[in-house]
Amino acid sequence: MAEHGAVLLEARGIDKSFFNVKVLDGVDLTLRTGEIHALLGENGAGKSTLVKILTGAYRRDAGTLRLAGEEIEPLSVAEAQALSIGTVYQEVNLLDNLTVAENLYLGRQPLRFGMVDRRRMRADARALLARYGLDVDPDETLSAYSVAIRQVIAIARAVDLSGRVLFLDEPTASLDAREVEMVFSILRRLRAEGLSIVIITHFLDQVYAIADRITVLRNGRMVGSAAIADLPRRDLVSLMLGRELEAETHRRPVEVAVDDGPAAFRFRNFGRRGSVRPFDMDIRHGEVIGIAGLLGSGRSETAFLLFGIDKADSGTVEIDGKPVTLSSPVDAISHGFGFCPEERKTDGIVADLSVRENIVLALQARRGWARPIGYRESLALAEHYIKALDIRPPDPERPIKFLSGGNQQKAILARWLATDPRLLILDEPTRGIDIGAHAEIIRLIEKLREEGVALVVISSEIEELVAYASRVVVLSDRTHLRELTGDEINAATIVNAMAMAAGEAA
Amino acid sequence: MRKLKRLAPQIVALVLVLFAVTLAVPGFLSISVQNGRLYGSLVDICVRAAPVALLAIGMTLVIATRGIDLSVGAVMAITGAIAATLVADNQPLVVVLLVSLGIGLACGLWNGALVALLDLQPIIATLILMVAGRGIAQLVTGGTILTFNDPAFSFIGSGALFGVPMPVLIWLVAGLVVGLVVRRSALGLLIEAVGVNRRASSLVGVRSRFLIVAAYAISGLCAALAGMIVTADIHGADANNAGLWLELDAILAVVIGGTSLSGGRFSITASLIGALIIQSLNTGILMSGWPPEFNLIVKAAAIVVILTLQSPTVATALSGLRATFGSASRSNSHEPTGKAGARAK
Repeated sequence: MAEHGAVLLEARGIDKSFFNVKVLDGVDLTLRTGEIHALLGENGAGKSTLVKILTGAYRRDAGTLRLAGEEIEPLSVAEAQALSIGTVYQEVNLLDNLTVAENLYLGRQPLRFGMVDRRRMRADARALLARYGLDVDPDETLSAYSVAIRQVIAIARAVDLSGRVLFLDEPTASLDAREVEMVFSILRRLRAEGLSIVIITHFLDQVYAIADRITVLRNGRMVGSAAIADLPRRDLVSLMLGRELEAETHRRPVEVAVDDGPAAFRFRNFGRRGSVRPFDMDIRHGEVIGIAGLLGSGRSETAFLLFGIDKADSGTVEIDGKPVTLSSPVDAISHGFGFCPEERKTDGIVADLSVRENIVLALQARRGWARPIGYRESLALAEHYIKALDIRPPDPERPIKFLSGGNQQKAILARWLATDPRLLILDEPTRGIDIGAHAEIIRLIEKLREEGVALVVISSEIEELVAYASRVVVLSDRTHLRELTGDEINAATIVNAMAMAAGEAA
Repeated sequence: MRKLKRLAPQIVALVLVLFAVTLAVPGFLSISVQNGRLYGSLVDICVRAAPVALLAIGMTLVIATRGIDLSVGAVMAITGAIAATLVADNQPLVVVLLVSLGIGLACGLWNGALVALLDLQPIIATLILMVAGRGIAQLVTGGTILTFNDPAFSFIGSGALFGVPMPVLIWLVAGLVVGLVVRRSALGLLIEAVGVNRRASSLVGVRSRFLIVAAYAISGLCAALAGMIVTADIHGADANNAGLWLELDAILAVVIGGTSLSGGRFSITASLIGALIIQSLNTGILMSGWPPEFNLIVKAAAIVVILTLQSPTVATALSGLRATFGSASRSNSHEPTGKAGARAK
């Protein structure tokens, strides 16, 4: 085995496009023997695509791959394994209903006279797992063990199959702190044995706890790669978000005509175990509350809680001073809430229905089935919003699935505007849409604020939040960490607050 | 106009089937009036299509919610058995009708509860009643074929009003009522929304559970009507054979009607035409003098042809052919093959 620190796997200038959209653009990655390498980036940065190319699941369009100096061309996951490159995917790729031993040796069972040699398989499994400090019964079905132990078994299998390079996609996503430490201690041992490990994760604490090097992707490009000691947390976050803190934008003078009276919407100690820690939030008419946080910080979970999709298990809600319960979207809507979800395709549009039907859907649902919105009325509503929001093509009867992302987003906004909402919750309203629609949606947010609608906007575009928010709540580790107001609302402060670990708060 | 365009494939298929049968059976299309009521093969088709047509009405709504109801044949057997028992017991007609419909409704609610409240897969949830239902029907009839002689109840199966046979009147009225209720209220739109994307619909406040239960309940009611017609027609309840396999014909009618098994857009009228197509094939094959052992094969072959012509793959291929061979004027087609990339993010 090569000595520690020698370059083992080298990717140069990797390109990949899907349907003419470039998802990887000249990406480089250098992996050394005996290092743990964190691959970071926000959603859609191209991490998964890169890993799939390196592990043979996808073909690259351009670029070279070298393993220990030799060019390689893995055409399948099996070929990559044969080249000693193994993977453990996010959804642990084991079979719950088989035994531990069967999972470890699936597809390569030791044979004896053409039959599976169960005795040897058991003995091998026990020996293999003992090396990981696991004392599990190889004959027990996998589902009997915790996710953490399954994760270790998956790692054991991958290492046994491949041997030199291991890719781990979100290995700790559903583990608690103690289990994370158990998995990490195993990774450290594997590193000491000379294995090279690439780990994808959204938990920055864990990156600093275990990684030796960091490579950051953004929008399909490699934007930085450095040893852990050379990349403090603050710089890492600004790399991931793609902004130079030096080039500071001015705090715009938002004339927030917010009255000082009691807030219309008061959430107190509002939270849900395993989702978001209890938080307080006051929302007034005519103000935009920005929510900033990295992926996994609890920002969408906050929206789900506010809109009653996930039921809060602590805290109270008051609207106009009266206590209310929010146990379903129907409840929330009856109080005048609206919610544009981040996952537009699965949670937002009703693909086969027309633009008109999508626009009237929320209003119709609130009215109930027995009080239909007549065809003329719905057409008038749809045409009004198609014109007001410039939805294209301006055809109310076209199935919404044939519209571009930006126009779909506008139609979903129109759906809520048609209900004349008092509080609108927008989760990433500008993600994945073209520049023109982007600007229009921001203008719309500002217009709604002026009209007195209360808004909660989640966005990973910091400039956007700075531009329209009257307050910005910064989330980290499922905790509402800080609330920034007034002059504190600028990109530097927001990014600094995002970079701060939950423990460092206050 | 848009509605006619939607129904065009089904109407064309029906006309083609009728035309083919006419070639084999001269005089097939003739209709006469005897004893103040309509007679003829076409009328016969409409009468015999009644059970499947009724089932197809409810099945359309269930399938639109992205479900399926395998139990309707068994529900026919249950309601038929109960109706026959009540009639044999000399209960007044109103009681017979209301109790039978109530039982059908209860069956539908049971299915709906399993699907919407327990989140069972529809095919499994309704399989339970499909299996159990025939057992229940056998218990009701005591394992025998329960016969009765009651002109009032038999009128449902063999009577006629204004010259139109009762079964035809019943499915026409049921189709009209359900169709109007669903389309004049917002039920239709909301059911389609739930069928296309239940999660997104729930997030805008659509009460998807209520809608799904309602669809199965209507399906149960339709099955009860069908069960009574069959029972009245044969003056007896046969727990083993009443409605046997009819759930499959009903599903077929809905599919021929162009409602996708993956839920969403639906048309009750198209499903009714689908039921007529199936019955036309059945009757036509019988009348044309083919050896009866060919019946099922011919029917299957005809259905394969109809469904092939309707399949989206064939439609795309055909429009592709059209595009290749000139007629560029049809450029406003909704298939944006070039936009696939843009939509893939």
